[in-house]
Amino acid sequence: MSKYLLRRLLISIPALLGISLVLFTVLALAPGDPFEELATNPNVPPEVRANLRAQFGLDDPIPVRYMRWVTAMVKGDWGFSFVSRINVSTLIMQRLPTTLFVLGTAQLLGLLVALPIGIYSAVRPYSLFDQITTTFAFIGFSLPTFFTGLLFILLFSIYLDWLPFIYRADISATGWRWAWEMARQAIMPIAVLGLFQGAATTRFVRSAVLEVVRLDYVNTARSKGLSEKVTILKHVVRNALIPVVTLVALQIPGIFTGAVITEQIFRVPGIGSLLISSILSNDTPVIMSITFVFSALVVLFNLIADLVYGWLDPRISFR
Amino acid sequence: MVSARRPPESLAADAWRRFRRHHLAIFGAATLAVMVLAVLVGPMIYRVPINEIDFKAKLKAPSWAHPMGTDDLGQDILARMLYGGRISLAVGVAAMLIAITVGTAVGAISGQSGGVIDNGLMRVTDLFLALPQLPLLLLIVYLFRDVLKKALGPEAGVFIMIVVVIGGLRWMPVARLVRAQFLSLREKEFVEAARGLGAKPLRQVIRHILPNALGPVIVAGSLDVAAAILAESTLSFLGLGFPPDIPTWGRILFDAKDNLDFAPHWAIFPGTAIFLTVLSINYLGDGLRDALDPRKVL
Repeated sequence: MSKYLLRRLLISIPALLGISLVLFTVLALAPGDPFEELATNPNVPPEVRANLRAQFGLDDPIPVRYMRWVTAMVKGDWGFSFVSRINVSTLIMQRLPTTLFVLGTAQLLGLLVALPIGIYSAVRPYSLFDQITTTFAFIGFSLPTFFTGLLFILLFSIYLDWLPFIYRADISATGWRWAWEMARQAIMPIAVLGLFQGAATTRFVRSAVLEVVRLDYVNTARSKGLSEKVTILKHVVRNALIPVVTLVALQIPGIFTGAVITEQIFRVPGIGSLLISSILSNDTPVIMSITFVFSALVVLFNLIADLVYGWLDPRISFR
Repeated sequence: MVSARRPPESLAADAWRRFRRHHLAIFGAATLAVMVLAVLVGPMIYRVPINEIDFKAKLKAPSWAHPMGTDDLGQDILARMLYGGRISLAVGVAAMLIAITVGTAVGAISGQSGGVIDNGLMRVTDLFLALPQLPLLLLIVYLFRDVLKKALGPEAGVFIMIVVVIGGLRWMPVARLVRAQFLSLREKEFVEAARGLGAKPLRQVIRHILPNALGPVIVAGSLDVAAAILAESTLSFLGLGFPPDIPTWGRILFDAKDNLDFAPHWAIFPGTAIFLTVLSINYLGDGLRDALDPRKVL
């Protein structure tokens, strides 16, 4: 198992490098440069601009700039934000925990909803329960997250006034009161994201379990006299989870899309909303770093999914 | 004695018969047809201008004069939605075509060649699959928007950029599907027969393998339209899509989201429109998947 882990880790590194190459190429191909406002400033003669460019190495060939950028990112020097005047790494680290909290909880909620419903639907296919949940699943993943978010705000904040719709990272309370306030403000963004993920995952779980339930070893388990519950939980689910984990891992880049939208609607101070605000204020170092962080998170979660995969299916880790 | 037998059906007729049994897919197809008809023909029948500013009528709820109400500048929302619907649907279809074309080409080359080319193309596919779609989309929009606007005009430039980027980030599943189909179809007898008769690889691919590989591609294509419409709406909702005067459905939601307490109708109509479109496409894709899957006995 540890050899498997090591192998997956070693594969992640070229993946990360490849992504960073793509990101950097996109940036290098883009027109415009950080000093273009200076071009219109009459106090800055062109030689000074040229000197500044040479000093920052903007005129070096692209491979050199890429190597410099990659080594800087790896060392933790992510640049300096044009707008906020602090290190980009500080800015991102301040906001990353919030995003991870909302994302992680939403994904967990999605799985908690999808697994039991999917399994029960597959065990009783085409029953009333199955048809109702399939309809809900379709509705769930056809509703765009931004629309669901707006509807939730309309219902729970405006008409019913039960929940606040602006997320504040600095709640002035302690202990239970703090946890209660946190829960009240976090429940809507987490529900919006989680239900969307859950709807998509329910369908996957259902079809995966449907495929496994017909196989011979399930018959064997039943004829051995094992109760239905044990058959399902011990034999069917564990094998059905394998394609589900693969599919969930493939969906991971999509979760960040949902995170960006939810953070915009509910004003959650995470890196998604930071990305949008830095795009609107042309803050390039922050944009590059955030995109890189998203890609790194994707690679990280894929690694975790691989580990879960290896644990679920012992054949994989022996290869 | 002559036994009563059904006359042999063509593939298309068989698929249509199986599709018809899927009631929800029919509902999806019908709804989609209604929406497409509405946005194509609607602006010609309902001739209220989309940007007629009338402050006396601002933020009015739905009424006979304005069936979907007005926004904060007094513009009629129904007219704006009919106009913007064309663009949203056009983006969806165009992005899907790009994704399918690139994906099929990559998958076909990969599946047919095997070896180093296959390996290399699959590594590239994996790399693209690991890229987070929305952040990359936002990055490219941010970097290239001005250049394209200057080169091709504000609407066409943004349209091309959005379509190329959305399609360019959705070809990977199609490539994988096509490659898997190729790998299994390549060894079938009818392809061997064609090879034995002297068909060059290109002819084998185009005439024999590709038509049989297209089933999953059609399903993936229909779902891609839904995903592309969602992606464009998301971009517009974040304020980073088309220029502000073009009322795509996502853009209407972007303008509406800060006025939820006085004018909920402003947000509900475009949101429901996006939802119904995506829902019908999803049902349609599900029906197509069941109709075209050769292993399902219906």
